[in-house]
Amino acid sequence: MAGKPRGLRLFRNLNAKVAAVPMVLTTMVVFVGGTLWTVLYSFTNSKLLPRLEFVGIDQYKRLWSNDLWNAAIWNLAFYGVMSLIFTIVMGFVLAVLLDQKIRFEDAFRTIMLYPFALSFIVTGLVWQWILNPEMGIQEVVRRIGFETFTFDPLHNPNTVLYGLLIAGLWQGTGFTMCLMLAGLRGIDEDIWKAARVDGIPKWKTYIYVVIPMMRPVFMTTLVIVAAGIIKLYDLVVAQTSGGPGNASQVPAMYVYRYMFTAQNLGQGFAASTMMLLSVLIVLVPWAYLEFGGKKHG
Amino acid sequence: MKNWKLAAGLLLSVALPSGANATDLEVTHWWTSGGEAAAVAELAKAFDASGDHWVDGAIAGGGDTARPVMIARITGGDPMGATQFNHGQQALELVQAGLMLDLTDVAEAQKWRDVINPISLLDGCTIDGKVYCAPMNIHSPEWLWINNKIYEDLGIPIPTNWTEFVASAPQVEAAGKIPLALGRQAWQSNLAFNAIAVGIGGLDLWKKVNVDKDMEAAAGPEMLKVFQASADARKLASKSTVQDWNQATNMVITGEAAGQIMGDWAQGEFAVAGKVAGKDYTCLPGLGLNAYLSTGGDAFYFPKLADPEKEAAQKRLAALLVSPDVQVAFNLKKGSLPIRGDIDMSAANDCMKKGLEILKSGNVVPAGDQVWSPDVQTQLGDMQSEFWSGDMTPEDAQARYVEILKTGL
Repeated sequence: MAGKPRGLRLFRNLNAKVAAVPMVLTTMVVFVGGTLWTVLYSFTNSKLLPRLEFVGIDQYKRLWSNDLWNAAIWNLAFYGVMSLIFTIVMGFVLAVLLDQKIRFEDAFRTIMLYPFALSFIVTGLVWQWILNPEMGIQEVVRRIGFETFTFDPLHNPNTVLYGLLIAGLWQGTGFTMCLMLAGLRGIDEDIWKAARVDGIPKWKTYIYVVIPMMRPVFMTTLVIVAAGIIKLYDLVVAQTSGGPGNASQVPAMYVYRYMFTAQNLGQGFAASTMMLLSVLIVLVPWAYLEFGGKKHG
Repeated sequence: MKNWKLAAGLLLSVALPSGANATDLEVTHWWTSGGEAAAVAELAKAFDASGDHWVDGAIAGGGDTARPVMIARITGGDPMGATQFNHGQQALELVQAGLMLDLTDVAEAQKWRDVINPISLLDGCTIDGKVYCAPMNIHSPEWLWINNKIYEDLGIPIPTNWTEFVASAPQVEAAGKIPLALGRQAWQSNLAFNAIAVGIGGLDLWKKVNVDKDMEAAAGPEMLKVFQASADARKLASKSTVQDWNQATNMVITGEAAGQIMGDWAQGEFAVAGKVAGKDYTCLPGLGLNAYLSTGGDAFYFPKLADPEKEAAQKRLAALLVSPDVQVAFNLKKGSLPIRGDIDMSAANDCMKKGLEILKSGNVVPAGDQVWSPDVQTQLGDMQSEFWSGDMTPEDAQARYVEILKTGL
């Protein structure tokens, strides 16, 4: 683009720039402005209404010494790791299976992707019913004849996160599968032909050739899934409302609870700032890899 | 000329009545269970009969869900005509920010200070000498509700206090019933704990911890006993998995569970189900141990509106809510106690009469919502919720209890 200069750079493509102004303003004011405002007020002792009375890092001290917050962080960490591993592994395996040039591929793809069309609220409610011991899986199995069968994950603090995980995976795996399938279709046929000529088994081709080539797809999936995990909220509200006790509390619920129910904005802002930080920890390395490393591309 | 007069006459006939009366007021509240909805219908009926129009804005899901919506509407510039809050600190900052209508003139005209009993309810509405809310009813959370039939079937006497209730629990459990119904929401765990604190710990301890805010008493051995009693109670409730309080009450009504610790509003549910106090169910204020009740309650706040006509209607509604007839009709349906001592509650049932007597004798303490901020109440709820559904030791729970109370000093 080292052409001859044509007037000021600012006025090049003026129409496009003017057209982008509303979106840029929205982003700057609503997203960036709102974020900065929240971070600023997280250092105040605001209660029901925002007030600029600074108290230093007191809100953060209280946050990190709060058992509920710490429990929420651990719950999310557990859910997040399990969810990441399972959605990506299962999504990839399903995509590979679909990629075997099977019949009715479209039908299978649609079925797999359908849960993703449901909101987390619906997913949570449906799975709350399915896992309910009085009318769900347990009751069905008992009616078949296994009288002592017990399956009640949602009412036991030790297993409730698995109950959430089942619902989360059911909802999200189809989407991951589609991303992976798109990645698989992007692999050149010639690669497969070459591998076949060299006599490499199919599974080895997938692991040593195809997966490394799908790195961008995996990165994108990772970021989408991870960002979704950090803001996990509606699924938990619908399925368990954080219970039993606080066994399935997540950070976003803590933020809501302190901003609105407890009328302690400062505490809620501090918690949401910590959530922002964790999103940044996920996003920044990805952005660096995707956009910063163009030299390798 | 004739036409003009006719037109003017017609115009007046339309404009005058509507100018003086018939204003729509939207009222938001979280009274959605069967008994509560029946009580609200009484308010709407009375307000409509007085010539204005009650636009019902019920928000389901309980106070913890409803209050954020109400506050968001008031602070967001879309205020309703009137809204329910609990007495005390929930709306304090909204008043301080000048978002609420000053009702002092109504209060003086209606002589609220002379008729409202206990007067602490009006004090809860008064900030800097001005009245900002109309007290509606008295809540006393420290009640134990018992299904009589379960005990009759078992052939054992119906418990008359918490100690007997706990002692009879093994037999109830052996009969395949759940001894104690408990909804799994934070505030219900907190309520059960506070009821046990008043019942087992007694009045002096309650006042020391919650009114004088004596942290040594909160960390002391007397309070530990309360936590131990709660740890016993949570074993009785371990099989109760419902969420909402009225689902838990329903377990007692249908005989699935033997008892529930819940506020006097549970009575509305028994009434809707056609149960008779004393015959089908027993109520024990103060858990039958200490005949003390803490008196919080509901009050209506009136956000400031720009329209002077609506403001007049708001003041009419405020006066109406406290008026004797409405108080009787509303509280009989809801099962809560009226806020004035000078009205005829002879239609009240056994349970309400027990409550009225305690009220008359003055054995009342302020409720948690009046002495602690929502921030502290929320933290307590979170802590109690974990304690009641997990295996936290009473000692650990007490240590955390004290830490939380300290954030509210």
